[in-house]
Amino acid sequence: MFKESNIRKPLILGHKTYHDITQDIVGPIEGPAPKQWKIAFTIALIVALYGVGCIMYLVGVGIGSWGLNKTVGWAWDITNFVWWVGIGHAGTLISAVLLLFRQRWRMAINRSAEAMTIFAVMMAAVFPVFHMGRVWMAYWTLPLPNQFGSLWPNFNSALMWDVFAISTYFSVSLVFWYIGLIPDFATIRDRMTKPRAKKIYSILSFGWSGRAKHWTRFEEVSLVLAGIATPLVFSVHSIVSMDFATSVVPGWHTTIFPPYFVSGAIFSGFAMVQTLLLIMRKTMKLEAYIHLKHIEYMNIVIIVTGSIVGVAYLTELFISDYSGVQYESYAFINRFSGPLAWSYWSMMTCNVISPQLFWFKKLRTNLGFTFAMSIIVNIGMWFERFVIIVTSIHRDYVPAAWGEFKASVIDIGMFIGTIGIFFTLFLLFARFFPVLALNELKTILKTSGESYKNDNKH
Amino acid sequence: MAQDKLHFQVPAKTKTWSMAFMAIGAVAAIAGWLFDKTEHHQYWWANLLICAFFFFAISIGAMFFYAVQYAAEVAWTAQLKRIFEAMFAYVPVGIGIVILVLLAGQFHVHHLYHWMDPEVVNPDSPSYDAIIANKMPFLSSWFFWLRVIMYAATFIIFGRLFRKWSLMEDENPSVDLHLKQYRRGALFLVFFAVFSSTIAWDWLMSIDTHWYSTMYGWYIFSGMWVTCMIFATLFLLWLKQKGYYSKVNDSHIHDMGKWVFAVSMLWSYLWFCQYMLIWYSDIPEEVTYFKERYDHYMTGMWAIFACNFAIPFYVLIARDAKRNVKFLWRVGVIIFITHFLDLYMAVIPGTVHGHLEWGLGEHGHHITFAWWFEIGMFLGFLGLFIMVVTNALSKARLIPVNHPYLNESENHHI
Repeated sequence: MFKESNIRKPLILGHKTYHDITQDIVGPIEGPAPKQWKIAFTIALIVALYGVGCIMYLVGVGIGSWGLNKTVGWAWDITNFVWWVGIGHAGTLISAVLLLFRQRWRMAINRSAEAMTIFAVMMAAVFPVFHMGRVWMAYWTLPLPNQFGSLWPNFNSALMWDVFAISTYFSVSLVFWYIGLIPDFATIRDRMTKPRAKKIYSILSFGWSGRAKHWTRFEEVSLVLAGIATPLVFSVHSIVSMDFATSVVPGWHTTIFPPYFVSGAIFSGFAMVQTLLLIMRKTMKLEAYIHLKHIEYMNIVIIVTGSIVGVAYLTELFISDYSGVQYESYAFINRFSGPLAWSYWSMMTCNVISPQLFWFKKLRTNLGFTFAMSIIVNIGMWFERFVIIVTSIHRDYVPAAWGEFKASVIDIGMFIGTIGIFFTLFLLFARFFPVLALNELKTILKTSGESYKNDNKH
Repeated sequence: MAQDKLHFQVPAKTKTWSMAFMAIGAVAAIAGWLFDKTEHHQYWWANLLICAFFFFAISIGAMFFYAVQYAAEVAWTAQLKRIFEAMFAYVPVGIGIVILVLLAGQFHVHHLYHWMDPEVVNPDSPSYDAIIANKMPFLSSWFFWLRVIMYAATFIIFGRLFRKWSLMEDENPSVDLHLKQYRRGALFLVFFAVFSSTIAWDWLMSIDTHWYSTMYGWYIFSGMWVTCMIFATLFLLWLKQKGYYSKVNDSHIHDMGKWVFAVSMLWSYLWFCQYMLIWYSDIPEEVTYFKERYDHYMTGMWAIFACNFAIPFYVLIARDAKRNVKFLWRVGVIIFITHFLDLYMAVIPGTVHGHLEWGLGEHGHHITFAWWFEIGMFLGFLGLFIMVVTNALSKARLIPVNHPYLNESENHHI
């Protein structure tokens, strides 16, 4: 029989039975909402409403209420868009790529990471959609036959590719996430005593019966979706990077952008997963399932992707000088020594230097340090996009057209607002959905559960 | 088979064939030297550089993959680690030949690297080139050779340490040895992350001296990785055919096939992104690279992308195809060759620019390439590589003992 190597740390701590797993994960859904949840939800909702208010103001007054000017035509809006899309990547990486690599530790984190992906992509969509100004015409981005004459999207534009990339990505992520939820919804349905809730979970579980046939199809469809989602992880952020890289703006146009954006996206996504899970495992008492080893693995992913991003930063910096093109060199000299140098150095410190501290095992297995670092990386990755976008265009070819950017209240309000909406959605998810893939977890209990592993030794 | 064969012995036929290939290579090299009428035998040296780099790249690709297996706690490859050890046993030979080519350039025997000519960076000289002069802090000879020494030292030292501790583990069941390799694997990856890019800049991108692309390092890296995976897969299939590795099952073969498939897609992705972004923005400083290839090597350029992307994509996407030995052999051999062509396309256009003078006598006639010479050189190096690798494989137990993941590897099932 297959025996997991003894040097592998168990993935489920303590002595758990199948019933314990169900109880630990479904229990919180069945009981009343805890006080902490209510407080957190209220705060998130208030922030979200503030964001909605800012968006309404923006729609009413126009894009002029952002800090954009004739030189800096893209700033916080696109920065926030790329930041949110990037955060989404970790969910797909965990659910699809790690599935293909047969990483069993993913089962404790994939559900919430996928939920995070979906909410993050929704937040990302807010910015380009409202940047259109006349948002009620957003459907013009779709290649639909219409009565407005020769109106047709420009297929040569990377922005257009983005519409397709993001919507495909969102649909596949949603389907993937939902398929995974079906057996777990069925488990809740079977336990639920309140008739209305039972009815709702019954509808949500699509008549799942747990037959062998259902499981076979479930596994097949998971693999197929993983196969589709994996190229999507690459394509989405590659195409986002092409919004910049297809231009002729120094600092935007560079060939390394697609893979470097993908790596950066995974980096920032894992940081957000850490932020969310470190709080969730504590408040929902999931320490047996999401424990130090999981945190450590995620921190290792953070070092790897952070270092790849670091190599890309240095490559860009080096090539800008090596190229001998004065505009190219100046774009980078301006980045590290111009008026926005503080943002460049914040980016470098947060994304390249500080994650290297995770080389020390003591630090990468320290919960407090990991939490602080996850916030630092989130900040750093926001700055990365800000640096790329604003420092490249605020001083381009013609010095007479140089300018500065100052964020307006609405810029800031919308950004904070999306964080509020994101947390509102995530908290709703944590309250009503099974936050761990409980049926999948049960499949690894006998091979990777602590007490079972210890029995194997004797 | 009841008893697994524990030691690999190089079959006499393999020895003969590898010697024969090397002999072909030597003949091709000598004849090619006589035929090559380009200035400074530029074409001859360019071919030597391609072959030297190609096989050296496979060996450091193997070391990279080996280090990843430790750092990522991979179990299923535990049985196969000696294959990768054998492949990176070629590192000292490989880097030796590369250094030979570089030294010849430094002493102006050939001009593959335009910037090695001091006249080009001398402001008083009529052939002064301001763009190249700007690159001199990086390409100055002391810094360039310092890097070469660093590459050689790093790869040779890590290779020896990996191998030594791996053999020690056979004698000593302590898990500490494994954990030490785990840490060493991670450390090696740090060096590799930097050197894989800088090697590509130093030895390949600098051939088209004016040109630059930030993607180039990763693109070359993906090519070396995929060729390494192909070689390892075919080598494993061949060993199984010979009756070794009876505990390596279909799942292992399937996973090797997946790697060939996945890294082929990585290569295609990087190739496409680099090409598309340069084509799309059409900046004069950048398009020169593809312009050269469009003008003189259009067929080759598109053939490479078509073969290296479409063949693995369409043939290997199905699950059963990756478990099918025949499919793997055919696809593997084809894309092994087309990845060689990919490297060829990185070197030749920038060195001979489509004007090859070739033939015996005072002046040659104009051709684009000399197929028999190129094939001969390739076979010569292939023979050398196979000889070194099979010889290294026969030096230790084929399947390691005491590897903590060995049991998982033997029970690998997907």
